[in-house]
Amino acid sequence: MPLFSFVIRRLLQMIPTVIFILVVTFVLVRMLPGDPASAMLGDRARDADVNRINHELGLDQPLIVQFFYFAERVVTGDLGNSIGLKVSVASLIADRLPVTLMLTVMSAVIALVLSVPLAFVAAMKREKLADSVIRGTFQVGLSMPVFYVGIILLTVFAAQWKLFPVGGYGTTLPDKLYHLFLPALTLALSFAAVLMRNLRASIINVMNAEYVDFAIAKGLRSRVIMIKHILRNALISTVTLFGLQIGTLFGGAVITETVFAVPGAGRLLIDSIYGRDYPVLQGLTISLAVLVSLTFLVTDILQAWLDPRIAR
Amino acid sequence: MTASTVPTSLPQTAPGLLVRGLTTTFDTSRGVAIAAADVDFDVAPGEVVGLVGESGSGKSVTLRSIMRLIREPGKVTGRVEWGGRDLVAMPAEELRRVRGGEIAMIFQEPMTALNPVLPIGAQIEENLVAHTDLNRRQRRERALELMNIVGIPAPERRLDEYPHQFSGGMRQRAMIAIALACSPKLLLADEPTTALDVTIQDQILKLLLDLRDRMAMSVVLVTHDLGVVAATCDRMAVMYAGRIVETGTVADVFACPNHPYTRGLLGSVPRSGQSRTMLQSIDGTPPNLTDLPDGCAFHPRCSFATEICLKQRPPLDLVGTDGRRAACHHHERVAAAEPIL
Repeated sequence: MPLFSFVIRRLLQMIPTVIFILVVTFVLVRMLPGDPASAMLGDRARDADVNRINHELGLDQPLIVQFFYFAERVVTGDLGNSIGLKVSVASLIADRLPVTLMLTVMSAVIALVLSVPLAFVAAMKREKLADSVIRGTFQVGLSMPVFYVGIILLTVFAAQWKLFPVGGYGTTLPDKLYHLFLPALTLALSFAAVLMRNLRASIINVMNAEYVDFAIAKGLRSRVIMIKHILRNALISTVTLFGLQIGTLFGGAVITETVFAVPGAGRLLIDSIYGRDYPVLQGLTISLAVLVSLTFLVTDILQAWLDPRIAR
Repeated sequence: MTASTVPTSLPQTAPGLLVRGLTTTFDTSRGVAIAAADVDFDVAPGEVVGLVGESGSGKSVTLRSIMRLIREPGKVTGRVEWGGRDLVAMPAEELRRVRGGEIAMIFQEPMTALNPVLPIGAQIEENLVAHTDLNRRQRRERALELMNIVGIPAPERRLDEYPHQFSGGMRQRAMIAIALACSPKLLLADEPTTALDVTIQDQILKLLLDLRDRMAMSVVLVTHDLGVVAATCDRMAVMYAGRIVETGTVADVFACPNHPYTRGLLGSVPRSGQSRTMLQSIDGTPPNLTDLPDGCAFHPRCSFATEICLKQRPPLDLVGTDGRRAACHHHERVAAAEPIL
């Protein structure tokens, strides 16, 4: 079973990646000017108090010692406690990350729903009016910064027409989806633009392939030709891009959550940066990094499934 | 078309192909390119007809035009009669049923003509789905049968394999199996052996002839290789600059070419068993299709050319029996010239 050994191989390749991320995160967090004690006590704190708190937190020890304590705990699954919020980082992440995850998945779905059919139409009507309109519209979406798109959508759909809530997060699942729709759409627009452009080019490329002529010469129905011969081959390159863009999507979620006041991991990340909350910052970065790595893995599996020449 | 070229064992009820005035043009930025002009030829049931010419002579375009595979900005006019119906004017759904069902096509390079992400078995079966009511199990059986017919060993395993797992020759066999899944009555073969090495080439040609007999099928074989024509075809048509310049039975054309271009082609074939001499070639290059010379398109390269060739395009006239035609003002002089074979 070549696909199975392929997955195992890719999983093993993830281990060095995660170790690398662990080191980089640890170092970067400590390279930020300031420390948790100063952040907590404010500008007029006395040096003695700052030093006492840093000592309590073990932050006065050499970096290498701190790192091994940190690494030891991470390996056992313990991400420590938040300095500011006094609760375990694991419970904070368990609370907030699913919100971001849902937001990301939702915007990915919206992006796919928007881009795949429109890419098809644009490719089929290449250089015609429909193609220009579709590409032009997406170009506008792509050119505007995420937070700006968010504010426009917020003003029009939430404030003006009151179709969607201005912000926040619901309690039941349908309510949550309802609250997350606008932020997800905000994120999806630029993502869809990137996907659409890539897929359109890819479809045009595949349409000229000789196997499409052969499929026509076989007298296949056009639906079969479109899906099994054109779309399936065109998706191979787009899936790679999709995976890579998911990482960007997590980054965009940070901004979008702030604009729409969604209590997700993005907001938590920003708060923990301001508070120099090292454990939360580290825990979140690692979780997001592992998530992105897993997305790459899923992308690779998907690609191997789409293109049997990859998994060997 | 005469009965003498048709193997007598084959049923005469199958419909033939009649191509009349088939013209394919492309609007390009440098003007209208006439890729095929006024092409007339017939294919009788069970007959193998060779379309011969250099690259750009219009042979592949003619084949694709018959199958209506020409895309924008290409335009096809003329008539392609198949069983009394005109393929050029046929509605899409009717055309779909003819394609693959009654007329099949194979291409030069199976590596690019086969879908790289579908197993061979799936590519055979989708053809059956499109044209028959066979259920899943029957389709699988038919696919196995086809793999055996085209001579692919271990068919059960190979049905689940992908094109990249096949060797060049096996891949071409697989493409033939896919094309022939629904027992078409006409096979259009676009240089099916050009991408293969010589020994494999021979096997594939033998397979095609064998299938022609077994399935009572006609074949139009596009090739630039006169050796292939001599070995497989009943009749041949030589194309130059988008037009047929000479046609007749293979034996007649080879014995006595009536067009200087055919003569040049035959002269440029290397032969074994003779003293080694310089290989002859035809001087000059084929004309630009957007800017064809006046008169006979071949005159700038022709040693027989006179005043009339520069002004008047020679029609494809009868020059003998058995549908022998040539488009040359000086075909008698060409025929009388010293033999080159």
